[in-house]
Amino acid sequence: MMGELVILWTDALIFMLVLFSMAFGIYAAGKEHLRGPWGLVVRSRVGVSTLVILSFYVVVGLLDSVHFHPLLDSKDQAGQQTQSAEVISLFDYLVTPLRERQEKTYSAPLATHLYAKESIELASGEVVRDFPRLTFGGAHLENPEQEWSRDIWRLTGIGVLKGLLVSVVVTNILIALLAGRWKTSFGAVAKVLIKEETTVPWRVLLATLSSVILVLFWSIELSSQYHILGTDKVGEDVFYQALKSIRTGLLIGTLTTLVMLPAAILLGIMAGYYRGWVDDLIQYTYTTLNSIPGVLLIAAAILMLQIYMSNHADEFNSLVERADLRLLFLCIILGVTSWTGLCRLLRGEAMKLREVDYVQAAVAFGVGHFTIIVRHILPNVLHIVLITVVLDFSGLVLAEAVLSYVNIGVDPTMNSWGNMINSARLEMAREPVVWWSLLASMLFMFVLVLSANLFSDVVRDAFDPRLRSSR
Amino acid sequence: MVRGWAVLSRRAMLLAFLLLLSGCGERAWNAPYPSSEAKSNTYYSSFSERPKHLDPARSYAANEYIFIAQIYEPPLQYHFLKRPYELVPLAATEVPKPHFLDQTGNALPDDIPADQIAFSEYEIVIKPGSRYQPHPALATRDEGGFLYHQLTPETIAKVNVLADFPETGSREVTADDYIYQIKRLSNPKLHSPIASIMAEYIVGFSELSSTLGSASSGAANGKAGESEFLDLRRFDMAGVTKLDRYRFKIRLRGKYPQFVYWLAMTFFAPMPWEADLFYSQPGLEKRNISLNWYPIGSGPFMLSENNPNLRMVLSRNPHFRGERYPDEGEANDAEMGMLVDAGKPLPLIDKAIYSLEKEGIPYWNKFLQGYYDTSGVSSDSFDQAVEFGSGGEANLTEEMLARDIKLATAVETSIFYLGFNMADPVIGGDSEENRALRQAISIAVNFEEFISIFRNGRGVVAQGPLPIGIFGSRAGLDGVNPVVFDVENGKPKRKSLDEARDLMVKAGYPNGKNAKTGKPLVLNYESASAGPDSKAQLNWMRKQFKQLGIQLVIRATDYNRFQEKLRKGTGQLFMFGWNADYPDPENFLFLLYGPNGKVDHAGENAVNYDNPEFNRLFDQMKNMDNSPKRQQIIDKMVDILRHDAPWIWGFYPKGFSLYHGWYGNVKPNLMANNTLKYKRIDPEVRNQRQQSWNPPVVWPLVLLFLLLVMTAIPAVMVYRRHERSAAR
Amino acid sequence: MIAYIIRRMLYAIPILLGVNILTFVLFFVVNSPDDMARMHLGMKRVTTEAIETWKAERGYDKPLLFNQASEGVGQLTDTIFFQKSLKLFQFDFGSSDSDRDIGYDISQRMWPSLAIAIPVLLVGLMVNITYALLIAFFRATYIDIWSVVLCVVMMSISGLFYIIGGQYLVSKLLHLVPISGYDTGLSAIKFLILPVLIGVIGGIGAGTRWYRTLFLEEINRDYVRTARAKGLSEVVVLFRHVLKNAMIPILTGVVVVLPLLFMGSLITESFFGIPGLGSYTIDAISRQDFAIVRAMVFLGSVLYILGLLLTDISYTLVDPRVRLS
Repeated sequence: MMGELVILWTDALIFMLVLFSMAFGIYAAGKEHLRGPWGLVVRSRVGVSTLVILSFYVVVGLLDSVHFHPLLDSKDQAGQQTQSAEVISLFDYLVTPLRERQEKTYSAPLATHLYAKESIELASGEVVRDFPRLTFGGAHLENPEQEWSRDIWRLTGIGVLKGLLVSVVVTNILIALLAGRWKTSFGAVAKVLIKEETTVPWRVLLATLSSVILVLFWSIELSSQYHILGTDKVGEDVFYQALKSIRTGLLIGTLTTLVMLPAAILLGIMAGYYRGWVDDLIQYTYTTLNSIPGVLLIAAAILMLQIYMSNHADEFNSLVERADLRLLFLCIILGVTSWTGLCRLLRGEAMKLREVDYVQAAVAFGVGHFTIIVRHILPNVLHIVLITVVLDFSGLVLAEAVLSYVNIGVDPTMNSWGNMINSARLEMAREPVVWWSLLASMLFMFVLVLSANLFSDVVRDAFDPRLRSSR
Repeated sequence: MVRGWAVLSRRAMLLAFLLLLSGCGERAWNAPYPSSEAKSNTYYSSFSERPKHLDPARSYAANEYIFIAQIYEPPLQYHFLKRPYELVPLAATEVPKPHFLDQTGNALPDDIPADQIAFSEYEIVIKPGSRYQPHPALATRDEGGFLYHQLTPETIAKVNVLADFPETGSREVTADDYIYQIKRLSNPKLHSPIASIMAEYIVGFSELSSTLGSASSGAANGKAGESEFLDLRRFDMAGVTKLDRYRFKIRLRGKYPQFVYWLAMTFFAPMPWEADLFYSQPGLEKRNISLNWYPIGSGPFMLSENNPNLRMVLSRNPHFRGERYPDEGEANDAEMGMLVDAGKPLPLIDKAIYSLEKEGIPYWNKFLQGYYDTSGVSSDSFDQAVEFGSGGEANLTEEMLARDIKLATAVETSIFYLGFNMADPVIGGDSEENRALRQAISIAVNFEEFISIFRNGRGVVAQGPLPIGIFGSRAGLDGVNPVVFDVENGKPKRKSLDEARDLMVKAGYPNGKNAKTGKPLVLNYESASAGPDSKAQLNWMRKQFKQLGIQLVIRATDYNRFQEKLRKGTGQLFMFGWNADYPDPENFLFLLYGPNGKVDHAGENAVNYDNPEFNRLFDQMKNMDNSPKRQQIIDKMVDILRHDAPWIWGFYPKGFSLYHGWYGNVKPNLMANNTLKYKRIDPEVRNQRQQSWNPPVVWPLVLLFLLLVMTAIPAVMVYRRHERSAAR
Repeated sequence: MIAYIIRRMLYAIPILLGVNILTFVLFFVVNSPDDMARMHLGMKRVTTEAIETWKAERGYDKPLLFNQASEGVGQLTDTIFFQKSLKLFQFDFGSSDSDRDIGYDISQRMWPSLAIAIPVLLVGLMVNITYALLIAFFRATYIDIWSVVLCVVMMSISGLFYIIGGQYLVSKLLHLVPISGYDTGLSAIKFLILPVLIGVIGGIGAGTRWYRTLFLEEINRDYVRTARAKGLSEVVVLFRHVLKNAMIPILTGVVVVLPLLFMGSLITESFFGIPGLGSYTIDAISRQDFAIVRAMVFLGSVLYILGLLLTDISYTLVDPRVRLS
C-alpha cells in the first residue's frame, strides 16, 4: 500500500543521527574509555529500565519518520494505481483505524457517547436533546449502559492475556539466547536471572519490557473499540495525537543538539586550543548570542521563517513539508541559543588538555594542529559532549511546550505536546471540564522526560570520573 | 526540633488568622477588587488590549469605542430601544434634514432625482448648556488666561499622567468646537481613517487637507515626531460654516443620504481648540500625554484613571448636560422591564471599571464568580451556559438559571465570508469553468457545520452579502441562495455533494483532478490565525475541500502578511469579515464594487471582484433612499453576486451575551456604542451573591499541612536514632 | 578592581553593539516599515499617504543602514539603525510604535515583575536549601533516595502543568485567591500569593537536587571529616561547615540571575494577568512592536552582562583567593 517515499528534512536528519550513533557505537566499542562507562550504564537497574522505555519512544518516533504517499484504490487511465497527494508515515499506516475514526467533537476516554448534548431527531420525527452515540467509540455495543463495563473488562482481559503471552515468549527467547551464549542450561540461566545474580540486571529489564508490552497490548485491544484517551474538539483521537507527538518531542530533543554540535565542538576546541584572537572572537560571538534573551531571538527567527515561507510558497507542496521545515528551523534556532554552554565547557577542557604532556610533546614534534585536535583533543572531550547531549534532551522537550504556548513553537498544525497543552487551556475552562487532552500530553511527556532525566543521571555518573570517585 | 514545629505551627495559625481577617466580612477572599469598592454603584468589565487611539478623529475600532463613545458626544445617536435602528438627536436638537442645491447654490425641491443635485446641505443645531468634563486644558487663571498653556520644560519633566496637573476647568460646548473637529479630520498629520471618504463628499475638505499638509510641514520644518500647534481656527473649510454660537452647516457634494450615520459616530464629536493647543506643547507627547490617550469630552462619562497596564476607569462627568432614559421603545420593551427607568436622569451608574484581561478563560471564570457583570459566550464555555430547546431556541442551562444569569441574543450586522481572489487565474475570473468551480466549492464548504462546531450554533448561514436586518436583505424562503441551496419541505437544504461534483466536471476537474493533466487540483488557503483553536478549524476546512478531491494547502501567517497578500492579490482563498459602520446596504455591497478593488485601488474589495453590470447598479443604488425601487436594484445585484460566487457567503454571527441578575437595562444594540449610560447595577445584591458564590474552601490546606507533618515524623525518628548513635 | 570593572564595561560595548546589529537585522528582514505602519494604523480604510506620514513621523522613512542622500557623517547617522538602535546606549528607549514612552512603561512595569521574581527567588532559595540540607543530613537513607526521586519527578513535570493545575485548583475550586489580575500597593498581595507559590514549587525539583549535590560534595571533604572526628554533632557540622562553604557556588549562582529578575517571567505573568515586563515583551512580540522588542533585548543583554560582572565580583568577595585581573 506504499506509494512513493517522501523524505522530509527532519526524516533525513533523524536517520542520519541513527547512522551516526551506530557508527559511534562501533567506534566506542573499540575504545575502552568509552566502552567502560556504557558498561556501567547497562549494569545499572535504572539505566536498563529507562533504556527500555526510551527505546519504545524511539521506535514510535522512527516509525513516524518514514513518510510516503499512500496508494489509492482507484486507478487512473493508464491502469496504474493512483497515489494520494497526502503524506502519511509508516506509523500512521500501522494505526490507520486510530487515525481515521473521527468523531464529531469531544468525547471522554472510553466513552460511548459525545460529551455535549445535541439535538437528535428520533425516528418518530421528534427532536430531543441528549448525548448522541459516538460513530466509532463503543459502536459495537447494543446497549451501552449495561454492556459497557463488562465490555471494558473483557477487552482488558484479552489485552492483558495477549500481553502476558508475548512477554513470556520474549522472556523465554531471551533466556534461551543467554543460555546459548553462556553455554549453560536454560534452567540455570532462569534461576540466575530470578535471583538477579547477573551483572546486567536482566530481571529488571525483563520486568520493564513486560510491563511496556502489557500496556501496549492492553491499549491496542481497547483502542480497537474505543477512544482510550477520548477525542478532541474536532473528534480526533487524543491517544493518536499523543503518540504522534512523540516524534516531535524526540526531534526537538535530539536534532537541536545535533545541529549545534559541529559548531559548538569546533569553536569550543578552537577557542581553547589556539587562544589569542581566535579565542577572543569566539568568546565574543557566544557572549553576544548568549546575552540576547532566548525567547526574543526565537520569536524573531520564527517570524522571519514564516515570511520566507509565504514569499516562497511554491516550494512547499504540502502542509507536512511546511510544518517540517518550521520544526527544523525551530531546532536550529534553539540550537543557536543553546550551543554556547557546551562551547564554553569545551573551551575550558581544551585549554586544560593543551597543557597535557602528550599534547605538548606532539606540538614539539611538529605535528599539525589539525591532527592534534582530531587525534588527541577531540577524543578526550567526547564524554563531555555526550553528557551535555543527554542532559539537554529533557529540557528541550519541556521547552517545546512553553514555546508553543507563546505561539512561537512548532507549526500549529503539527502534533506536539505543546500544542495539545495549549488547546487544553481552553478545555480546562469548560464545564464539565475536558481534562483528557491535558492529561494525555502531560503523561506522555512526563514519562519521556522522567526516563530521560533518570537515564542522563546514570550516563553522567558513568562518564564523569570525578563524581564516580566521590561516591 | 519539636520546639521548632511548635513555632512553625503557631506561625501558620497566625498566617491563617491574618488571611481570615483580610477576607472576612465585606468581601470574598478571591475578589479581584479592593474591599472598599464592595458596595459602590460600579460596573465591572474588562479590556483585552490597550486601545490604540482614544482621539475621536482617529479611533475606528470596537475596543476603543467602548471608552470614547461614553466620553465624546457627537450630534446624533441611535435610539437605545427602537428597532429597526433609528437615529435620534444626542447633542443636536434634531436629526438634520438635507437641503438640496444646484450648481449655483439655488435650493431644489426635496424629491428631485439624485443626478440633478449638485450639493446637499445639513444644518446642525446643538443643544445649549452642554459642558466639557473638568480638564487641565481648560483651567484658567483668576486674572484670565489659561493656566497650563505655556508649560515650561521643567514642569513637563515632572508630569507623568494628566492627573499631575492639579487644576481643572470647563466651558460650554459651542458650534466652533464641532467645526474644529471636522477640520481636524482633514489634517493629514492625524491620518483620520475616514479622511478619504469625507474628502469625497464635504466641500473644501481635501483643499484644507492639502493646505494643512503644507502648513504643518513648513512649521515643523521636517522635524519628525515633534508636534507643533497648528491652530485650525485660522483655516477655513469651504463646506463648513458657522451660523451662530449653536448652529453650523455642512455642505456635501451631490446626494449622500448615509451622511447622517457618520454624524452619530465620534468622528463628529466636538473638540475644544484649547485641548489641541494644550496637548501640542512640546514634550507632553513624549510623556504619553496626548489627545490620543487622554480624551476631553462632554458626554456622560470621563476617563478618570488611565492605566492601560492595569485598568481604565470611567466616572461620571460632573458637568454633564443631563439626558433622560427614553420612555418609549419596541412593543414588548415594557414587559421586558426595559422601561422601568423611563425618564430617570442618565447615567444610572457612577463608575465603570475596565480591568485588563487578556484571555477569555480567567474572564469567564471571574464572570461566574460574579466579578464581571456581563460576558460573551465563547465556544468553550457555551455548553456550560446555553442549551438549545427542542425547537432550536437557545435557553440557559440550569446552572446559569440557578445563578440568575440572563441571556441576550442578536444577529450582528457583520458577515464572515470565504473569499475567492477573483484576480487569480485558477479560481477567479469570469470564465464559466471557474465560476462552476467556485459554485461547487460554495456547496461543499458546509457552513452549517462550521457554525455548529466552532460557534455552537451562534450564527446564521449567509445567503448573500447583506446581514439580516439591513435594508435589502430578504428574510425567509425569498432570501435563499438558489446556487447553494434547494428548498425542501419549506426549509432551505444545502445541495448535495453530487451536484457539486457535477459542477467540478463542468469546471474541468472531475474528481478534483485536472481533466487534461490528471494532476490533482491544489488550492491555497490563507490563514492569519495562530490560536489553539485554529488547528481544528483549518483541519475542518481541509476536510471540506477533500470532499471534492481538492487539496487545500493552508498557508498560515501573521496578520500583517495576510493583509499584504490581500493587497497584492497573491492569495487564493481566505476567510475575512466585515462589520458594518452604519445600517445601510451600501456599507456591505461596496465590498464587491469594482472600483474599490484591493489590488488596483487599495479599497476594501478584498476579492477584487469587478463586474460592470454590478458596478453600474451599485452606482445607481448607493445614493437612493430606502424604497421598493432600491430593494429591486439590490435584489438584482444580489442575484448577480450569487451567480458569480466571488464569496462563499459564510455566516452572520449571532452575538450571545450573558449578564447577571443585578445588571439591568440590557438590550443588544449593535449600532450604538454609547449605551453604558443606560445600564443599571444593584450593588447590594451583587455583593451578597459574590460572597455566597465564593466561600473559601480551607480544609485542603489543613489536610496538606497535616500530611507534611506526617511525612516529617519518620524523619524525626531517624534523626533521633542518628543522634543517639552519634552520642554513643 | 575598579580598573577591572571599567575594562569589563568597555568590553560590554562591542557585545551590545553586536546584539543591536543582530536584532536589527532580524527584525528588518521580518518586517518592512510599511508593514509596521499598516499594522498600527488599523485595519479599515488605510491609505498609502497615511502610511508615508506615519513612517516619516517615526523616522522609519530613512534608509536602513546607509543614507546616500546625506553628506559626510550624515550618511551613517541619518539612518534607521543609527537613530533607533544606537540611541539605546544612552538608555533613550524612545517611543513605542504605538506612541508610548518605552522608558516610562518599563519603569512602571518593572515593579510587578520584581514583586513576583524576588519572593520566588528568596522563598525558593530558603525552601530548596532547607530541603537539600535535610536530604544531606539523611544521606544514604531511604529518605535521601525517595527525596531525590521526588525531585526528579517534579523536574519532569512541565511548568505549564503547575500553572494550569494550580490556577484551576486554588482559584477556581477552592476560591482562595483571585484567578488573575493585579493591583497596586498592599492589595497586590492576594494576587501574588499563587504565582509565587507556583514559581517556588516549580523550582523545587531542580534547585534541591543541585544544592544536594553541592552539599554532598562538601560533606565528603577532609575538613568536614575532621570536624566530625572532633566530635561535633552532625547538625553543627552541617550548618557551620557544609552550608557555609557550599554558599559560595549557591550565592554566585544567584547573583547571575539577579539582574535578569527585572525581565520578569513570560509565562507566569501572562497566565496571571500581571502587568510586568514579561507580559510586556510577549505583547510586543504578538503586536510586532519593534521598538519595544528592541528595547527589551537591549535591556536583557545589559542585565545579563551586569550579572556576569556581579558574579566575578562576588567571587572575589566570598573567596579571597580569586583575584580579578
